Amino acid sequence: MSDMNGNGLRLKTGLAEMLKGGVIMDVTTAAQAEIAQRAGAAAVMALERVPAQIRAEGGVARMAKIAVIREIMKVVDIPVMAKCRIGHFTEAQVLQELGVDYIDESEVLTPADEAHHVDKHAFKVPFVCGARDLGEALRRIAEGAAMIRTKGEAGTGDVVHAVKHMRQIVKDIRGLTVLGEEELYAAAKELRAPYELVRMVAKSGKLPVPNFSAGGIATPADAALVRQLGAEAVFVGSGIFMSDSINFAPAKEAEIRARAIVRATTHFDDPKVLLETSEDCTGAMKGLAVAALSEADMLQKRGW
Amino acid sequence: MSDQITIGVLALQGDYDAHRQTLSLLGVRSVLVRKPEELDDIDGLVIPGGESSTFLKFLDREGFLAKLRDFVSQKPAFGTCAGAILLAKEVRNPTQESLGILDIAIQRNAYGRQIDSSIMTGPTKLDGPPLEMVFIRAPRIERTGAGVEVLAEREQHPVLVRQGKILAATFHPELSSDTRVHELFVNMVREQEKPRVQVTR
Repeated sequence: MSDMNGNGLRLKTGLAEMLKGGVIMDVTTAAQAEIAQRAGAAAVMALERVPAQIRAEGGVARMAKIAVIREIMKVVDIPVMAKCRIGHFTEAQVLQELGVDYIDESEVLTPADEAHHVDKHAFKVPFVCGARDLGEALRRIAEGAAMIRTKGEAGTGDVVHAVKHMRQIVKDIRGLTVLGEEELYAAAKELRAPYELVRMVAKSGKLPVPNFSAGGIATPADAALVRQLGAEAVFVGSGIFMSDSINFAPAKEAEIRARAIVRATTHFDDPKVLLETSEDCTGAMKGLAVAALSEADMLQKRGW
Repeated sequence: MSDQITIGVLALQGDYDAHRQTLSLLGVRSVLVRKPEELDDIDGLVIPGGESSTFLKFLDREGFLAKLRDFVSQKPAFGTCAGAILLAKEVRNPTQESLGILDIAIQRNAYGRQIDSSIMTGPTKLDGPPLEMVFIRAPRIERTGAGVEVLAEREQHPVLVRQGKILAATFHPELSSDTRVHELFVNMVREQEKPRVQVTR
């Protein structure tokens, strides 16, 4: 039968290991997926609308049209991910049946359940979930997530909350490592996370699954910033293909940005390369300052 | 110790961390290689799993590919999954550039997508019990040249091969706790280093 914590989980986190040091790019068409692959993306996220568009257009955001995902799967050789709504296990079943390589149970889409996330152990396909702090990350891991990414504030092109969440997770982990055995029970209670996972993190000083960053990353320097803060790979959503919340950037410019962000993500600790990649990029999406957003407009509040 | 070797792990993208952890378990010093000049100071190179098309984007710059070709023609190299693809003479699905040092034809993503990834245990020519093999979106070796020794197979296709000082696996020994494949590579690097040490002393 299925072995939740043995081989199944190793295969799931195994693919996340393969993505380390790489960039996972949001794409909405086969043409964009080809650009992403050509630019050196380690994987693509197949979407109907990128977060910036979802934010601008409003309405209920659901799993992407199957035809869109299928076409993207057809044109690229790299892994293809897709998003399902928080708690929408049927969308996840559909995506697994379709054969996507990873499912993002994402706050970018409109949640389908106000209390429960998907039981990710029940699936063979691996899941990535967003988190703002260690407790949230461990709750998702307890449910079977094989990769964690910061939530940040998707679709803004403002990196401030990706930074905030990565710093918070790293700080929370560091805090656990100095606690005594007997203090871990109370720590688990405060984190609202299973004791066994808390103990594992306290011992190893890291999450038991790969820890990536997402949410507002728009420039090569942004990507390098979250990498230096501890992210093992980077998701770039609206930052590559959008020029603002509504309009796409010209394909040529998008490809230049994509290449520069890929390079900056690998050479994240080499200022010389970061200067070159920053110089290569002639523009970035206009963006939306997170500080000017009202609480109700924040996607990161979704999920529990 | 005079036989202290340093193994580089190509870290353009992929599971370079997992390889470093295995090498560290074996007490072997390792460094991450992200630039061509970093090849100068290592005795052997591990090319990890990841996306071979992404690796090639980086190798396209600053003469990295030529320098790497030069390296693997002289020193030991060990590729897993995408690393095996990079070492191969012929790459299919799609055809792409490679180092061409290992006389095999290899097909990318030959077993399907992530849901078709699997963990198997099978016999090998290594000493000891059957080996656990973690296949993730694995490629398949479809032809091996005369000089290539097959050390393990899956459904009649080679999954672990060696040609001289080049070692390649279509699975991921770095994701298993069994360290025998890495031990084999470390020994290959030590063997290679021996004569050089004698000459220079």
